Amino acid sequence: MADRNEPLQQVKLRRDNALRVLIEGVPYIRWMGIRFDRRGDELTAIMPFDDKLIGNPFLPAIHGGATAAFLEIAAMIEISWSAMWEDLEAGRIAPDAATPESLPRLPKTIDFTVDYLRSGLPRDAYARAKVVRSGRRYASVQVEAWQDNRAKIFAQATAHFLMPQG
Amino acid sequence: MSSKDEISPETRDRIARQFIEAIPHARALGMTLNNLDAGEAEISMAWDEAFVGDPRSGTVHGGVISALMDTCCGAAVLSHPTGPRSTATIDLRIDYMRAAKPGQRISARATCYHVTRSVAFVRAQAMDEDTQNPVATASGAFTLER
Repeated sequence: MADRNEPLQQVKLRRDNALRVLIEGVPYIRWMGIRFDRRGDELTAIMPFDDKLIGNPFLPAIHGGATAAFLEIAAMIEISWSAMWEDLEAGRIAPDAATPESLPRLPKTIDFTVDYLRSGLPRDAYARAKVVRSGRRYASVQVEAWQDNRAKIFAQATAHFLMPQG
Repeated sequence: MSSKDEISPETRDRIARQFIEAIPHARALGMTLNNLDAGEAEISMAWDEAFVGDPRSGTVHGGVISALMDTCCGAAVLSHPTGPRSTATIDLRIDYMRAAKPGQRISARATCYHVTRSVAFVRAQAMDEDTQNPVATASGAFTLER
C-alpha cells in the first residue's frame, strides 16, 4: 500500500497529475468542456453550461445527446480511475502527459442506457458515477446527473464496459 | 410533415437545413439531415479530431454516437405522419457493435415504428462507410406533444 509518510502535497500532486493525464488524453472531453473535481478517490464530473450544448432553444434545454455524452464520459472516467487507483497508490504506475502509453488503455463501452427524468436547464451540470461491479473482463457502472439541486436528478444511466486486457 | 411527393425538393432541403440549424448542439457537431420522411430520418456527420474518445485508435467517443442517435430519433418522431408538435427523449439504449473507422463519415438512420397518443417508439442504426456492419444500434421511447 501507499507510504503513509509520503508528504501530503506530493500525494495530491501525484493523484491530480494522474487524473489530468487521463482526462486530457481524450479530445472529446475537452470539446464538451467537461472538468473533474477530485476529493480523495471520489470524482465529480462538471459540465459548465455552454450555448453549443443546447438541444431546444425555445425552452431552452440541454440536448439529450449532450446529457448522454456527459454521463458516458463520467462513467468511463470513473471506471478507468478506479481501475488504476491501486496501481497509482502503490507507485506501480506514474502517468505522464508526454507518454500516453504510461496510462492503461481505456475500457470500451459495450452498451449504454440513459433515462431522462427532467429537462436539462441552461445551468452547469454535475455527475457522479458508481462502479457497481468490476470484474476482470466486464464492468457495470451507474451514473447520475443533477444541476442546481443534488436531490433532483435530471438524468441517470447504466453502462457496461469491456475492460482493457493485458 | 408532408410526404415526399407533396413538397418540392427545395422546400424539403430548406426544412432539413432549418431543423439542424435550430439545434445548436447538432450544429456544433456538424450534423446534416440527409433525409426526412414519414417517421424516418437519416442524419450524418463528419469525423473530427475534436470528437475522438480514444486517442490511440482515433475512434470517436461513444457520446458523439449518442448525440447523433438521439437527434436522429427525435427527427424521426417529428416527421411522423400524425404530426407531433414537439418531442423529448424518455430513454435511449445504445449498443456499441464496433469502433467507427477514424476519418470516415458517420450516419444514423432512425425509424419511429409505433406511436401512441403520448409516446413514440424508435429504433436506430449508426454506420460508417461500411454500411453492411453497423457501428451501433439504438432503441428508445420519446414523448409526443400533440
